[in-house]
Amino acid sequence: MDSREDDGGEPLSRMAEWRDVTPLPQDDGPNPVVPIAYKEEFRETMDYFRAIYKADERSPRALRLTRRAIHLNPGNYTVWHFRRLVLEALNADLDEELDFLQRIANSNSKNYQLWHHRRWRYFVVTRSPFLGGLKAMRAFEVRYTVEAILANPNNECPWRYLRGLYKDDIKALVNDPEIASVCLKVINTKNNYIFALKMLLDLLCHGFQPCHEFRDSVVALRASDTDPLDPDLSMAICDILEQVDSLRASYWIWRKNKLSVAAV
Amino acid sequence: MRQSKNPNIDNKTDKEHMFRYSQILELRRWIKVIFRWKNFALLNVTNYLISVTKHELSTQCLSPLITGADFETMESFRSLTVTQRDQILVEQQVFDIFKTFYNLPPSSQSFMLELQRENHVEYLTKGLTGLGPSFCVLDANRPWICYWILHSIALLDEFVDPELEDNTIDFLSRCQGPNGGYAGGPGQASKILDIIIVKLLPTIFCMLTMPHLATTYAAVNSLVTLGGDKALSSINREKLYMFLRQMKDASGGFRMHDGGEIDVRACYTAISVASLLNILDDELVQNVGNYILSCQTYEGGISGEPGSEAHGGYTFCGLATMILINEVDRLDLSSLTDWVVFRQGVEGGFQGRTNKLVDGCYSFWQGGIFALLKRLNSTKGVKPIPLGDGEGSGEESPQTTASSDAAGEEGLNEDLSLGGSHSKIGDQHNTSSQVNVIDIDHNHSKGHANELNGGLRDKPGKSRDHYHTCYCLSGLSVCQRSWLEDEDSPPLPRAVLGPYSNLLEPIHPLYNVVLDRYREAHEFFTKS
Repeated sequence: MDSREDDGGEPLSRMAEWRDVTPLPQDDGPNPVVPIAYKEEFRETMDYFRAIYKADERSPRALRLTRRAIHLNPGNYTVWHFRRLVLEALNADLDEELDFLQRIANSNSKNYQLWHHRRWRYFVVTRSPFLGGLKAMRAFEVRYTVEAILANPNNECPWRYLRGLYKDDIKALVNDPEIASVCLKVINTKNNYIFALKMLLDLLCHGFQPCHEFRDSVVALRASDTDPLDPDLSMAICDILEQVDSLRASYWIWRKNKLSVAAV
Repeated sequence: MRQSKNPNIDNKTDKEHMFRYSQILELRRWIKVIFRWKNFALLNVTNYLISVTKHELSTQCLSPLITGADFETMESFRSLTVTQRDQILVEQQVFDIFKTFYNLPPSSQSFMLELQRENHVEYLTKGLTGLGPSFCVLDANRPWICYWILHSIALLDEFVDPELEDNTIDFLSRCQGPNGGYAGGPGQASKILDIIIVKLLPTIFCMLTMPHLATTYAAVNSLVTLGGDKALSSINREKLYMFLRQMKDASGGFRMHDGGEIDVRACYTAISVASLLNILDDELVQNVGNYILSCQTYEGGISGEPGSEAHGGYTFCGLATMILINEVDRLDLSSLTDWVVFRQGVEGGFQGRTNKLVDGCYSFWQGGIFALLKRLNSTKGVKPIPLGDGEGSGEESPQTTASSDAAGEEGLNEDLSLGGSHSKIGDQHNTSSQVNVIDIDHNHSKGHANELNGGLRDKPGKSRDHYHTCYCLSGLSVCQRSWLEDEDSPPLPRAVLGPYSNLLEPIHPLYNVVLDRYREAHEFFTKS
């Protein structure tokens, strides 16, 4: 938040280049609500900004002024908008502008690079113009995602990403042996298996034919041997999830009801 | 992010890990103690605890993160992602508050659960009359501050005094542009200087601050919340309609402002305002649905723009928009539901995105989604699912038939029944009603730390602000009614949390304005 990088933070009223400009105060009215006790530097900068904006002066000094105003309040969309107009009018060097943006981003330090990267990656994967696009990259992505799941089965992101890789091709999800296999592996550890059970449930809902191994693994999750388990594997999974993921008990009951509706 | 190559180890030293790990073990011990305690008084601590206690208590009910058998070693703690470890620390802070609560005598417990209405109102009213220099960064959002404050006050069933009300109407009028819409601050220059400048500088008239869709939404909701002819008639609907048309992009989406970004929030604020003011027409609606659909991600939630990540705020905005334009069927509601139920954490709060920390404001953004889904469901006559416990549901029965309550509900059900989804959205009572644990605890732990000076916040350890006060209270209002099928019947005592006097005013979940104020505005703008 350093507005001093260009002009030493000197008051604009004392700078020669602004002598011809009459600052334009904000008119809050006689009895404003939510009035802000502006810092002097903020008030003065905005008074000059209003004057320049009103005069629509697209000049180098106007560009410097927007820089100063953005440093003081990066959330002022009017200043950003006017800055774009000035940049266009001056045919300014946009590489320099990129540096400026980078510095603003650095001082607003919420780190979204990872998400940005992930988004970029997803875009590349799904919008690839090459034949096969998503399909061609899918095998590689699935392997990567399965590794991530096995490293930390309780991380929801890779499980959802896996679904995303098969977004418009559920049949392929059901038929990919790697998917069912990672579910089984995680369930067999008897730990952190909620997402694995959920994935297995989704597979079953879309026609997956489980072998005995799957049923045995699910049976092994029962709290006690005396609990009767629903003969239908999907129903049994819903029952188990209702118990172990009780925060979402209603959701699992709903999923179970959906199964019986589908069965009728 | 090569997870198989020990990716989760950051720069933290083993000593720090050891320290955190020992804290977690202590926390787990306490959770076990708390959940074994069969005293019914505890059931009031949070709705979250209610839901856990319903299902024969066992530590299995809790997040495997903090209770799973695999979590017995230091090594397993270290293998968590950085965010998962941060999440555990938040859970710990919240459970520490539960622990404090558990150790208090009953009289102090009931005080701890009491919403400190007077302090909240005092904090809010003070904000309306003056804000410190740190608010410079919100200088382009002043109608938002008005809305957060006024809506919070309305939720608490309080009013601002007539003078302050007049001042607010006058201030917002100064934010209203000559060509429609509201800017983030007063738009016109002071009159005297205006004349001088117009004479000296040949220039066309322009707003000194540009009108913006989000601040337009905030200003309109503020005025609707104030209510009364003066406030409602101060909105220039004809000009506002023209402004909305100008912000409409050829793609169907809306721009936030002239030359601004197109996103789901812009669509929601435009459509919400138009619907509330009764100026919604085919031109405004055209292709908005396509845009929103293009933002539903593979996770099931909705992102701000095509290609980015599903997010609670945008999912609320997108879903509400689709309901308002009568195209909600086009969304994949099953996957949306699946996404949102997994956004709630073990401590009861909601996170905005997968693997992020919980934050009280999502009590509304995510909690409000449940209110909308539930309404979609109940207007279609699908039989709601019982709460799952069987105990006590007889006399308090939330399972009454909800589909035939036509009269007296006009606005709300009318709007909500516009949607005609065929998916059966299940009963999410249990989940959505648990949103308030964070909120209340924010409030009260804040109180203990800081002499009960009002306001709510993101999570323990953060400072209060008007935004979080508004959305924590909005979320609380929604969840207090989430077990109800009939909007007009009073909420169950156990859903209110704490003394029944904690009950907040109901909201219209599509616009997030208090229901009475919505009805007044609806009538006003239907007539005129």
